Amino acid sequence: MTTMSRDAYDRITRRKIVYLIVVIGAMILTFFIDIMTGPAWLSMKEVIQAIFWPGQSDPMVEGIVWIIRLPVAFMAISVGAALGVAGAEMQTILGNPLASPYTLGISGAAGFGAALAMVLGVGAVPYAQEFLVPLNAFIFSLITCMTIYMLARGRKKNQTETIILVGIALLFLFNAFLALLQYMASENELQAVVFWLFGSLMKATWPKLAIVTVVLILLIPLFARDAWKLTALRLGDSKAQSLGIDVRKLRLRVFVGISLITATAVCFVGTIGFVGLVAPHISRMLVGEDQRFFLPLSALSGALLLSAASVGSKMIIPGSIFPIGIITSFIGVPFFLALILTRKEGHW
Amino acid sequence: MLAVRNLSFSYGQKSVLLDINLDCKPMLTAIIGPNATGKSTFLKCIAGLLKHRGSVILNGKRIYDGDSTGQVSYLPQDNGTPIALTVLEAVLLGMHQSLSWRVSQKDLDLAFGVLEDLGIEELSTRLLNQLSGGQQQMVSIAQSLVREPQVLLMDEPTSSLDLYRQLEIFNLIKKVTYEKNIITLVALHDLNLAARYADRMVVMSKGTIYDAGEPYAILTEDMIKTVYGVHADVYMDRDGLPVVVPKVSSSPAKRIQHRDTLGQRQPEKALGGVLTP
Repeated sequence: MTTMSRDAYDRITRRKIVYLIVVIGAMILTFFIDIMTGPAWLSMKEVIQAIFWPGQSDPMVEGIVWIIRLPVAFMAISVGAALGVAGAEMQTILGNPLASPYTLGISGAAGFGAALAMVLGVGAVPYAQEFLVPLNAFIFSLITCMTIYMLARGRKKNQTETIILVGIALLFLFNAFLALLQYMASENELQAVVFWLFGSLMKATWPKLAIVTVVLILLIPLFARDAWKLTALRLGDSKAQSLGIDVRKLRLRVFVGISLITATAVCFVGTIGFVGLVAPHISRMLVGEDQRFFLPLSALSGALLLSAASVGSKMIIPGSIFPIGIITSFIGVPFFLALILTRKEGHW
Repeated sequence: MLAVRNLSFSYGQKSVLLDINLDCKPMLTAIIGPNATGKSTFLKCIAGLLKHRGSVILNGKRIYDGDSTGQVSYLPQDNGTPIALTVLEAVLLGMHQSLSWRVSQKDLDLAFGVLEDLGIEELSTRLLNQLSGGQQQMVSIAQSLVREPQVLLMDEPTSSLDLYRQLEIFNLIKKVTYEKNIITLVALHDLNLAARYADRMVVMSKGTIYDAGEPYAILTEDMIKTVYGVHADVYMDRDGLPVVVPKVSSSPAKRIQHRDTLGQRQPEKALGGVLTP
């Protein structure tokens, strides 16, 4: 019997690893397709030559690849992974399938911060220039997260409910402020604000990409270290406590990490919704709740989804680029619904 | 040896445990008593999950709040949220403190061994959300046994199991207690199940220990009347174990009235029936 069960367990583990490898493969493929697509179409050969053997191909192709498309394609991967991870851990610590990086007023605050810079030219940090809008978005996101953190830290009971309700209250507050700014804005400013709120990868540059990636690389190991504890947290607070886990500290620690990742991702690309909600659900359906697989697969499926959306945003009308925030839902919703409706067992 | 000294606990203004002193040896001890009398709170205090006054000492060393998890394993009444996690992974969570990302062969052996002992090895690759309540309970038990604890605390471990599984689980708990020389404390409502399996019974009433001793000495008609507010006959069965049979004349109306005077809000659930071995 033992051997049979072991074989079955090994088979399941291997299947999970295969899912990870398939998603990595798909992500690499969409990454290259993302670089190929745009107003000027490039072949796979041109792209590979420009990336791996620079100096040997057409300088114009190299310019397009290195200056315009590579930062955007990498940004899609990096931001997608960030949103996937943030969504996965947000759902884990709040025990709520509706949680995503945008549920708790973080997007509202980022939108308000960005709009403040665009409409009134007011920055939270002076002389920020190129980074004025993202810095404002980042700082307001963090202010929101810290407010939620401070209010939740003092609560001995109902910590989860406090985080959710305070977050939602702040979401409404910042949406009201944002609406006020939009009301006051000129036509051009209003257009800029609305476009920012759609979310776009087009302003990606190498320095911005480096910031998002470094934050992600620094914070993922912190979540990974708590992988078993986070898995146990999904069994509920009392069960996790009985297993010797300090549930309050774990929740707050992870919340700080999520806040930093979300604020960094959102501030450069605007509000790209849905990825943070759907990537964790896709991962959960494929590999279950074991965070050793769930966490990396959430990051990878977030990256894949945003990369595919980036391709989609350039393909709908050839020659023009749709805001990616719109496309993520167009691509994600049918896929998500198909997954939900074709499964017999509930995954949440 | 587990020694509880002057243990008190209150939720805000409300005192739940009042100056409890108790010594427990490696054996199966059943903690009985009406609802809301502090049985679960007592177990949680021993497990170090609640900040309390007084001390809990294991083999001469004091157990600190939240620091006891290596030696003390606590199984709450609540099985936890059934999620998309395989049974084996759930059992591994029981020893999460010593696990790394790559689970060693030794840890897998341990987890499979416990599942085999409990006779639920065939469930190892099933997801928790596909299991029945009773199966989830078995997984919870496996989760607390896999840590190889010195002290095993269980709060109503068989509450959602059928009679066969109840006996099976208690046979196993007893076997593990003796084989591994564990101090096992089980909070139980079923007096007959407690009498059959416990080496010792501790009766709790209103946050204090009313009495403690061997089942035949503890399960008396007087104790049941005083602590539970129920008239019952206590017989000795062929094995010399006490069997409690509540009297039909203990009408619910009378019991509720009596229990109100004890400050209880809800009527006690039915006492367990007579068990045949």
